[in-house]
Amino acid sequence: MSELLHVSSAPHVRAKTSTSNVMLWVIIALLPTTCFGIYNFGIRALILLVATVLSCVLSETVFNLICKKKNTIGDLSAVVTGMILALNMPVNLPIWEAVIGGVFAIIVVKMLFGGLGQNFMNPALAARCFLLIAFAADMSNFKTTTAGFAGKIYSGATPLAQIRGQGGVIFPYELPNKFSTSSFLDAFLGFTPGTIGETSVLCLLIGLVILVAAKVISLRIPLAYIGTFAVYMFVFGTKAFSWEYVVAQLLTGGLVFGAIFMATDYATTPITRKGQILFGICCGLLTGIFRTIGGSPEGVSYAIILSNLMVPLIEKITIPRAFGLSKKALVKKEVK
Amino acid sequence: MGLKTFIGGVHPFEGKELAKDAPIKEILPKGELVYPLSQHIGAPATPVVAVGDTVLKGQKIAEAGGFVSAPIHASVSGTVKAIEPRRVAVGDMVNSIIIENDGLYNEVAYEVVEDVTTLSKEVIINKIKEAGIVGMGGAGFPTHVKLSPKEPERIEYIIANCAECEPYLTSDYRRMIENPEELVAGMKVILQLFDNAKGIFGIENNKPEAIAKLQELVADEPRLEVIPLKTKYPQGGERQLIFACTGRAINSKMLPADAGCIVDNVETIIAVHNAVKHGVPLMKRVATVTGDAIVQPSNFLYSMGTSCAELIEAAGGFKDGAEKIISGGPMMGFALFSTDIPTTKTSSSILCFAKDEVSKFEPINCMNCGRCVDVCPENLIPSRLAKYGEKGLMEEFEAWHGLECIECGSCSYVCPSRRHVAQSIKTMKKQVLAEKRKQNS
Repeated sequence: MSELLHVSSAPHVRAKTSTSNVMLWVIIALLPTTCFGIYNFGIRALILLVATVLSCVLSETVFNLICKKKNTIGDLSAVVTGMILALNMPVNLPIWEAVIGGVFAIIVVKMLFGGLGQNFMNPALAARCFLLIAFAADMSNFKTTTAGFAGKIYSGATPLAQIRGQGGVIFPYELPNKFSTSSFLDAFLGFTPGTIGETSVLCLLIGLVILVAAKVISLRIPLAYIGTFAVYMFVFGTKAFSWEYVVAQLLTGGLVFGAIFMATDYATTPITRKGQILFGICCGLLTGIFRTIGGSPEGVSYAIILSNLMVPLIEKITIPRAFGLSKKALVKKEVK
Repeated sequence: MGLKTFIGGVHPFEGKELAKDAPIKEILPKGELVYPLSQHIGAPATPVVAVGDTVLKGQKIAEAGGFVSAPIHASVSGTVKAIEPRRVAVGDMVNSIIIENDGLYNEVAYEVVEDVTTLSKEVIINKIKEAGIVGMGGAGFPTHVKLSPKEPERIEYIIANCAECEPYLTSDYRRMIENPEELVAGMKVILQLFDNAKGIFGIENNKPEAIAKLQELVADEPRLEVIPLKTKYPQGGERQLIFACTGRAINSKMLPADAGCIVDNVETIIAVHNAVKHGVPLMKRVATVTGDAIVQPSNFLYSMGTSCAELIEAAGGFKDGAEKIISGGPMMGFALFSTDIPTTKTSSSILCFAKDEVSKFEPINCMNCGRCVDVCPENLIPSRLAKYGEKGLMEEFEAWHGLECIECGSCSYVCPSRRHVAQSIKTMKKQVLAEKRKQNS
C-alpha cells in the first residue's frame, strides 16, 4: 500500500436518511391537502402554488449566487417553504403579491440569518404575516368567483369568522343554526372557504399520519398545541363549556394546518422534548387568547410566530438531565 | 416479553454475517513485532530488556510504570532489535520495543495451578497484574485496578460484556461459541474476589447460539446468570450495559463500582482465566478481520505486536483495494492511514471498506431536527453540544452536560445533514477536561 488511506473521525458508517429525504417526506405529507385545495378552489390554486414555490427556489438560488455560496436548493427546504406559504393564501391573491411573499420568506427570514436551520422564525409564517399586513384586504378576501372542481363558489366569510360573529368579543355568541352536523362534516372534509391548504382537516390528518409514520415529527407539539387550545376554548371560549363550540373552533381556520405543518418546523421549535411540549402549550394558549379577545378571528400565525421567539427561553429551562445524573448522584458528587 | 435494554440508541447495518461463521484460526507472526509501551490507560510501561537481548515467548519485556499501568510480554522468541518511537493506531508516535522473531517460539515455563479455588484473593489479583491484563474491549484500563475497588464486599454484579454491539465485529461471538468454558471459568475466578457478587453475561439477542451455549453452562450455577439483551447500539457501552442488566444508572463522575458493578469484556475474562489457571501472560487475543474489501473475512487468534498488514494478508488480502481501514468497530474505531501499524492488547478488529462512504459527505446546516436527541443514550442534546464545541463555549457545553457524552457516535450516525456531531463534542470534551486539570493543579 503506497498511497495513504482515507482518515476521518468515527463513526465510519452513516444512516441513509438525508436532509433532502426529510424534506421530501414533508412535501409528500403536504400533497393530500394541496391536491384537495386545488380540487376545492380550482386551477388558480395550482398556479398560485407554482408561482410561490418558484419564487422561493429562485430567491434562494439568486441569493447563493450573489453571496458566491454553493446552491442549497437541493435540500428541498425552499420547496417546502413555498408550498406552505402558498397553502396559507386565499386562492384569489394576486400572483405578484404571492411572489413577493416567497422572496420575503427566503431572503429576509431565512437566508439573511444564515440559511436552513438558522432562522428564528418560520419563513412561510413570517411571510404570511408580512402579507397580512402589507396586503390586508387581498389576504383576507375569501370570496371565490369561479367554481373549483368541486363545483362550489364561496361567498365570503370563513366559518371561523361566522362563529366569531360581528365584533362578538365579550358576549356569548350563539352558534349559527346552519352549523349543524352536516356543516361539521363539511368543515372536516374541507368544503369551506379559507386559505388553499387549511380547509380540509381530513387531508391534514392524513399528512400528520405520513409525517409521524416517516418519523419526521413526533406528536408532542401537535398534541400539546391542539389539546391546550381545546381546553382553553372549552373554559374561556366565547361560548364556554360547549363541546360544539370547541369542535367548531378545532375544525375551522388554520389551527390544524398550523399545528401539524408550521408549529413543527424544526428550526424554529425547541429541540428538547419537554421544550416541545411547552412550546405546543404556548401556541395553544396564545391561539386561544387571540381567537377570543383578538381583533381578528384567526390567531394561529401570530401565536406560532410569537412562540418561535420564546424558543431560546423555553430551551434554557428544559435542558434535559443527562442519563445517570439523578439527584442522588449529584448530591454524592458534592460530598466528594 | 420485553428484552432488557437502554434508552436511545441506533440500529446500524450489522454486517456480522461476513465473519460470523469463520472459526477462530491461530496465525503465527513473521518478521518483526512491535510492542508499544503504552497500550493501556495509565503510565507507560518501562522496558526491562535492552537492544540485543534475547527474549523468550511469554517473557516480560516491560514492567508496569505505576499502579495504574500494566506490564508487556513478548509474544514470540527472538532478539530485541530496537526501542524507538513507532506510529500506533490512534496516530501518535509511541515508544515501542521491537523484537525480531526467530521463528522458534521458545517459551518460558508457566506456573499452572491445579485448583484455582484454593488461591487467595491477593494471589489472584497479583497474577492478573503480572499477566499484564487490561480491558480488551478498547479502553485498555488495567484489569487488576478495576478488580481492586475500595469496598469489594459492596460489589454485587460482575457483568461480562458479551453484547458486542459494534457492527461487523464477531470475535467475542466466536469466543462465546468456541471457548465458553474458559469464559465461565474466568468469571468464576473473578467471583472468587467478590463474596457478595453475582456473575452476569449480558448478550445481545442477535447471538442466539451464544446465549444458548452459555445458558447451558450456567444452568447449575446459582451465582451465574445469562441476560439476553435487545440488539441495539451501544448496548455494550459500560453505562448502558449496567443499566440494561441491573437497572442502575451511573454518570461520568461515577465508577461502575459506585453502583456495585464491575464490567469486563469477554476477551479480558478469558485472559484472566489463562493467567490465573495456566499462568500464561497476555500476549494473544482474537480479532476480526472483516469488511467488504477483504477476500476471506476471518477471526484470528494472533500474537500482539503483529502488524495490521500481516493480519489483512492472512485474511487473503484485499479484493480490489481498500479506501478505508479501521482499527476497531465502525462506530468508535480509529481510521488508519497506513496498515503498517502494530496490533495491541486492545485491537479487537481490523475493518476494511472498499469505498469510503463517510468522508465524501459534505456536512450542511443543522436544521435542528432532533434525531440526535432521540438516539443519544445519555439523554443529551448532541447538536447543541456540537455547536457549543465548534464555538468554544465551555460554560454552555458543561451546562448542557457535555461531559456526560460517552462518544458512541450515534448522533453523527443519524445526522441527516451529515454533520460531525460526535467529533465536535469529543474535541470539546478533551478541551474542557484539560482546562479542569489545569485549574486543579
